Amino acid sequence: MMSKLPPAILLALLASVAPAVTQQRATIEDSTHVQELGYKAVPNFFKLPKGEYFGETQGIATNSKGHVFVYFRDPQTRLWEFDQNGNFVKEIGKGYYGFLYAHAVRVDRHDNIWTVDEGTNMVTKFDPTGTKVLLTIGWRPEVSDGISTAGAPTGPDGNYTLCRPTDVAWDAQDDIFISDGYCNNRVVKYDKYGKFLAKIGKRERGSGEGEFNLPHSIQVDRAGNVYVADRGNARYVVLDNNLKWKTAYNNYGSAWSACISTEGPKQYLFMSNSNPNGNGPGSWAQTGQIYKAELDGTVIGKFGHAGKLAPGFQVVHMMDCRNPNTIFVGEIESWRSQKFVLGTGK
Amino acid sequence: MKRLTTCLLAASVLTAAAAVSGAFAQGALNYTASDPITYPRTIYAGEVAGVATNSKGHLFVFQRAGNPYASLGGSRIFVHGQDQLLEFDPAGKFVREIGKGNYSSLVANSVRVDAHDNIWTADRYSGMVIKFSPDGSRILMLLGRKPESINVTVAGAAGRGGGRGRGNRAPGQGGDQDVFTGVSDVAFDASGNIFVADGYGGDNRVAKFTPDGVFVASFGKTGSDDASLDNPRSIAVDAAGNVYVADHGNHRVQVLSNDLKRVVRTIGGVGDPAAVCISPGAHPYLYVSNSNPMDDLDKGGEIYRLELSGQVVGRFGTAGKAPREFASVNQLDCRQAGTLYTAETGGFRVQKVTLR
Repeated sequence: MMSKLPPAILLALLASVAPAVTQQRATIEDSTHVQELGYKAVPNFFKLPKGEYFGETQGIATNSKGHVFVYFRDPQTRLWEFDQNGNFVKEIGKGYYGFLYAHAVRVDRHDNIWTVDEGTNMVTKFDPTGTKVLLTIGWRPEVSDGISTAGAPTGPDGNYTLCRPTDVAWDAQDDIFISDGYCNNRVVKYDKYGKFLAKIGKRERGSGEGEFNLPHSIQVDRAGNVYVADRGNARYVVLDNNLKWKTAYNNYGSAWSACISTEGPKQYLFMSNSNPNGNGPGSWAQTGQIYKAELDGTVIGKFGHAGKLAPGFQVVHMMDCRNPNTIFVGEIESWRSQKFVLGTGK
Repeated sequence: MKRLTTCLLAASVLTAAAAVSGAFAQGALNYTASDPITYPRTIYAGEVAGVATNSKGHLFVFQRAGNPYASLGGSRIFVHGQDQLLEFDPAGKFVREIGKGNYSSLVANSVRVDAHDNIWTADRYSGMVIKFSPDGSRILMLLGRKPESINVTVAGAAGRGGGRGRGNRAPGQGGDQDVFTGVSDVAFDASGNIFVADGYGGDNRVAKFTPDGVFVASFGKTGSDDASLDNPRSIAVDAAGNVYVADHGNHRVQVLSNDLKRVVRTIGGVGDPAAVCISPGAHPYLYVSNSNPMDDLDKGGEIYRLELSGQVVGRFGTAGKAPREFASVNQLDCRQAGTLYTAETGGFRVQKVTLR
C-alpha cells in the first residue's frame, strides 16, 4: 500500500495540475495526431467455467498453439488455461506455494508458462502442460512470528531476493530478465538456471538514467535489447542485453505495460497508456489507449480507449501480442480479459 | 571466481578452527543425480523441506505448499497452513498424501522413518512432531503443541507486538520438556529413543524422549560455547547411539553422548551444516550438507562425506538450480549406501544422488 502510493500521487498530478509534468502531458495530448488503428473487439471470447468469475485480471499470455493463460486475483490467486477458441481447458497451480497475489504470466519460446507473484515474491517456471514446477526465482519467507513480514535476512534487494516483482522476459539464450518491482526499483538478469548475472537500478526509486520508479513490465526483443515499462516515471526504458542503459521513450503516457510481438519477420512494440487506478477525474480523456510502435520508438498508431463497458479498458495491466494483429489485454478494474483483432476496421 | 573464494574461505576457516578433521585433503566424489519422483498432476512441488525412505524403498516427501492464512477470532488471531506429506513408490509413482489438512500444518521442516517404518514429521512453526503409522493412516504419537493463537506484528511498526504466541513462555528460556519453539528435526537411536532438535525458535536445544514419549533430558541453550547450540537444523544418531547435531550457526557438527550429558566431539571444516545423515552398514559415513542460504545461490552448496570420527573423506556438488547442483538442501536421506536423496527448499525438488 505504502509503496503504491507515490505512483498514484504522480498520476493524480498528471491528471490535475503540476506544470512540472507539462511536457509529459503535452506529448500525450499530441497523441491526438497519432493514427487510429482499425480494430475489432471479440465479445465474450472467454467462456468461464459455470459459476466461476475472473477476479482482478493481472496477467494474460498465449502459447504457440494459441492457448491463452489468465493469471488473476481471487480469494486464492488462480491461473486458468483456455484454448484458442476461448474454451476453458483447466486450472493450473491450484494449491501451489508460489501463488498468493497475481501479477504477470508469460509464455516463453518453448511454451513453458511463467508466473510472477508479488505476494510470494516468486517467479515460477511451469512446464508447457502446467503440471510441473521447473524453476523458481526469489523466495517466500516462512510464515513466522504472527504476521511479521520482515523479509529475507539479507534484505529484499539481494541478488536472489525479489520485492514484489512485476514481470519476466527472456532473450534468445533463455537468460531471464525480471522487473523488480514495487519495493525494489530495478531489473535483474539471471541465466536459464536462475544464477544471477546482472542488475540495474536499486532499492530506492529514482528518475535518472539507470534508475527506475516502479518497473512494471518487461520485454526483450530478438536482438536481446530489454524494454522496461518504468511506470512511475511514465517512460519506457531500453537497455542492452547486459542491462546497460540505452535510451528511454517518454511520449507514450503512463507506461504500465509493454509487449513485443514475436510472430512474423518484424517485431513491434505495444505500449499501454493505461488509465490509472481509481480513474481519477479527467483521466479517461488522457489515458486508456494502446500504442503500436517500431522498436526504435517511432509511433505507428493507436487503438482503444478507457471505459467501464467492453470494449473499453479499465486499467490495462498486461497485454499479449504474440501475433501483432491479435492483442489480448488483461484489465484490473473490470475483472476482464479481452481479445482484439487489429486492422479490421472499427 | 566466487567459488574459488568460497573454497579459500572454507580452507582458512578450517585452519583457524580447532576442528577434529585434520586436513582439507578430501577428494571430489563423482556422482550422478536424477529426478526420482513424478508428482501427480494435481499436486505441485513446493519448498521440499524433507525426504526420507522406508525399508521398502518408498519415498516420503515433506513440503511447504498452499498459503498460510490467519483467521480473525473474537479476541485472538489463529494461523493455519498447509504441509504436504507425499508418499511415492520405489519407481517414483505417487502413492498417497498423508496427514492432509492436519491441525499442526504450518511450515514443514523434516520427515524421518524409524526402524519400524513409522513416519515422523517435524513442523517448524507449529513446534510439533507427529508419528504416523507406516501406512500413514493413523497418528500414533504427538510431541509438542501448536500455539493456540498468534500475536500479530505489523511490519514497519515500531517495536514488536508481543511474544511468539507459543503459549505461556517466551523463547530462549530453554528446556521445557516437550514444549518446542521451532522444531527442526527428529531422530532415533537403536533402542527407539527419540531425539528432537528444537532449532528455529530461539531455544536451541536437543531433547531426548523414551520410545513412549517420556521426556528424559535436554542439551543446549542459545550460544556458541560447548554447552550451547545455534540453530541446530538437523540431527542423526549413529549405531552406538551418539547424536550428531548440525549446529548450523556455530559452523560445526556437535556429537553428543546418548544421554545428552556431554559433547563427544566437535566436527568443523564442513561449512555451515544444515543437513546431516548417517549411512547404515559395517562402514557408516556421515554426510553433511553445507547448504546455501535460500537467498544466495553463490555460496556453499557442497555435501561432505566423513568418517564418523570427523575426518572428511570426500565432497561433491555446488549451489545451483541446474541438475546435479543443490539449491538449499534442507534434509538428506542415506538409508542406502552410496545413494542420497536431497530435499531442496530452494530447488523445489528432490534429487537422487548416486555416488560413484
